[in-house]
Amino acid sequence: METFTYYPGCTLRTKAKDLDVYARSSAQALGIKLEEPADWQCCGGAYTTAKDEIATKLSAVRTLNAAKELGRPLVTVCSACHNVIKQTNYDISNDEDMAAKVNNYLGLAEPYSGETTVYHYLELLRDVIGFDELAKKVTNPLKGKKIAAYYGCLLLRPSKAMAMDDPENPTIMENFIKAIGAEPVIYAQRNECCGGYITLEDKSQAAKRSNAVMNSAKDQGADMVITACPLCLYNLKKNSEVDLPVYYFTELLAEALGLKEASNE
Amino acid sequence: MQRIGVFVCHCGTNIAATVDVKTVAETLGHEAGVVISQDYQYMCSESGQNLVKNAIKEHNLTGIVICSCSPRMHENTFRKAAAAAGLNPYLVEIANIREQCSWIHKDIATATDKAIILGRAAIAKVHLNAPLIAGESPVAKRALVIGGGIAGIQTALDIAEAGFDVDIVEKQPTIGGKMAQIDKTFPTLDCAACILTPKMVEASQNEHITIHSFSEVTDVKGFVGNFTVTIKKKARFVDETKCTGCGLCTEKCPMKKVPNEFNMGLDNRSAVYIPFAQAVPKVATIDPNYCMMLKTGKCGVCSKVCSVGAIDYKQQDRFIEEKYGAIVVATGFNPINLDKYDEFAYNQCPDVVTSLELERLMNAAGPNGGTLLRPSDKTHPHTIVFVQCVGSRCDDSKGKPYCSKICCMYTAKHAMLIREKYPDTEVYVFYIDVRTPGKNFDEFYRRAVEQYNVHYIKGMVGKVTPKSDGKIDVQASDLLANEQLHINADMVVLAAAIEPDKTARPLATMLTTQMDTNDFFTEAHPKLRPVESATAGIFLSGACQGPKDIPETVAQASAAAAKAIGLLCKNSITCNPCVAHSDELMCNGCSSCEKVCPYGAITYIDKEFRMPDRTTKVRRVASVNPAVCQGCGACTVACPSGAMDLNGFSNSQIMAEVDAICK
Repeated sequence: METFTYYPGCTLRTKAKDLDVYARSSAQALGIKLEEPADWQCCGGAYTTAKDEIATKLSAVRTLNAAKELGRPLVTVCSACHNVIKQTNYDISNDEDMAAKVNNYLGLAEPYSGETTVYHYLELLRDVIGFDELAKKVTNPLKGKKIAAYYGCLLLRPSKAMAMDDPENPTIMENFIKAIGAEPVIYAQRNECCGGYITLEDKSQAAKRSNAVMNSAKDQGADMVITACPLCLYNLKKNSEVDLPVYYFTELLAEALGLKEASNE
Repeated sequence: MQRIGVFVCHCGTNIAATVDVKTVAETLGHEAGVVISQDYQYMCSESGQNLVKNAIKEHNLTGIVICSCSPRMHENTFRKAAAAAGLNPYLVEIANIREQCSWIHKDIATATDKAIILGRAAIAKVHLNAPLIAGESPVAKRALVIGGGIAGIQTALDIAEAGFDVDIVEKQPTIGGKMAQIDKTFPTLDCAACILTPKMVEASQNEHITIHSFSEVTDVKGFVGNFTVTIKKKARFVDETKCTGCGLCTEKCPMKKVPNEFNMGLDNRSAVYIPFAQAVPKVATIDPNYCMMLKTGKCGVCSKVCSVGAIDYKQQDRFIEEKYGAIVVATGFNPINLDKYDEFAYNQCPDVVTSLELERLMNAAGPNGGTLLRPSDKTHPHTIVFVQCVGSRCDDSKGKPYCSKICCMYTAKHAMLIREKYPDTEVYVFYIDVRTPGKNFDEFYRRAVEQYNVHYIKGMVGKVTPKSDGKIDVQASDLLANEQLHINADMVVLAAAIEPDKTARPLATMLTTQMDTNDFFTEAHPKLRPVESATAGIFLSGACQGPKDIPETVAQASAAAAKAIGLLCKNSITCNPCVAHSDELMCNGCSSCEKVCPYGAITYIDKEFRMPDRTTKVRRVASVNPAVCQGCGACTVACPSGAMDLNGFSNSQIMAEVDAICK
């Protein structure tokens, strides 16, 4: 059984337990061991996008360095954590000045310079396990279900740093949906913003965005929407009036692998 | 003892503003061997050249150094001047104090010092120059045109008109290119087929023109006047000499579900096909990817119905070799792939089309017989949105940095034609800028706005969302009104950027000619030699050199033909005497030079040598064919024993230059 360092992030311990629990059980069933580093802390949240600020990036670097010390690639599952950690890793690898500052501040035993490979859980499925292999292990294919993949903005952009998929014409989640036996629904708003943190300031603005996404998915005939992001799930569920269930992709993965009862809302 | 003259050019203020030319001339005048050193405002002018000629005669000079612009610019000018004054032209050296000095420095003291150093290096080199005599080689009186679009056709017709044989190599089964797919042409709105197809027929009937359709150039050897080209005639499984183009096979072929390239995949063709009714040559071609007979051995219908027995399932690719004096590249363009622009939903919605697809949708010979219908449900569209600059003028990595030049005009044409034919439509055009320079072009665009009421909106489309009711939501910004717009459209038309054909890059390698970062062929000089490549004997025609509309393409095609004719008229051309030669006594036969030679100019021969003890020994040594060598110098660098040397750029000359610079 191959072992990977696994970073759940804070939200997965509170609001988004389903994203975490089914990621772990499914990994186990697929022959992958996910091991948390000791004493992990917050990824840094949305603050890390400030380019000239290093303090907000330090916790992401600590996580990356922990994975480096354990000598294994790092797997994330929350879109926001993944974005922060992957972007920080990209910056450290490509911006010598920033890397020097961060290392001066952290004073690690050995300076960190971007050595850790970061996989999003979807990339683990695609690149390490392979969607063909996954399809073979599916015991309960979700036949006849029309599923709309919602990428949001954090999973794919900035595309140079994230390097996961084409930001305008992505395929990774659609191929995942095919692998678990369901039918992907392509809709134009799948890679647009859900409203994000603006829900804290002005719910009506967030509702506008979430409704645009949900309407577009429903309009194209989707039975449900899946996402990898707790904040997207919150916005799509709470701020949109469209009657369409939203799940974490890990829930459906676990269902297809026979580890979870069918999701019903 | 050498008697060297130094001539320092001001180039107006180009050099003199940054380099103290008087000081340069005076300082270089003190160098060993220099007997005269002068400066002059324009050394390349007639009086400047006379100054050089008179000095050669008066001072009986044995070598001259011109401190001026790049040798690419005026080396030939001064070589001719020297020859006119009785000095061997290869005893002229150029010190480039413009491009490599005055243009790149701001500080006068630094630039002057550097100009003196460059002058010293040239003086050191000219001390070792030997007179060279250029040989002559014959010119094959035949031209090759690569690409059979309007550019290639026009070039071939013009060369044939002058009485020279010319071959067109076209990779598609028919000539005609992109223009054959176009419905009407701007700014006159005349029918493209009506002006193109007569030219295609003329090309096929001209006794001087041979068309190799469904063929590709696979190898090019030789040099100006003496190219040897290998052409692959791809198997079309139909005997071209027998096929009459009756089309019976295409009607009877049971495999009818092949996407029709000519109609941009908007309808289907059969596995055996003639691309379009006016194809030249009008000969059927079997598509091996779809033909049941070729794939499974079961069918053979076309062979049964063909009354002349032209079908040949066993046909193989054939290679022919021809000699040419001149080659014209006319490989054209393609619209870019739009996968990276899915904010416009091109891959999601059949009613989002490219402009070239719209041409076919509106063409009388297109999939709908000329009636504009939505591809999805064959209904009449009422609201049509055009998006300009899709992939053009992009500063990010996914698009092209350049303006594709033709889109503003064809979009105005499309908008106008739709409004004229279907007055019940609303037509919107989103643009960054409307660029319509050209004869009668801006008038044409203004007619679209003023007479046909096309809604031109400055701003870009951000998101196209196809909806289940068949409508398309187009979200855009109106920059002048500072508003966000939502247009409920029936069709969206994308003006995709154009890029050079994918075959251009490997072809450039075969021709040893240059391309820019966008894969457009580079002209020898952007202003003064726009239709010649930097490689002698290779000419450029049409959009392979940069985005062009039809009038410009035809103008350049004729210009390229004129240049090719100028070359073919000569019985022989002067060869470059600056070629490599091998010192056989030093050569150890290692083959290093043979491996690096890009022109195949080096072969190895077994030669008998007399040894010091009066015995003889046979050794394997390199031998350079001076007619093939282009003087690139790769072999002289690769040779481990120092046996290879280049006339005019010998190892000792280059070391002397380096020593002079480092002194």
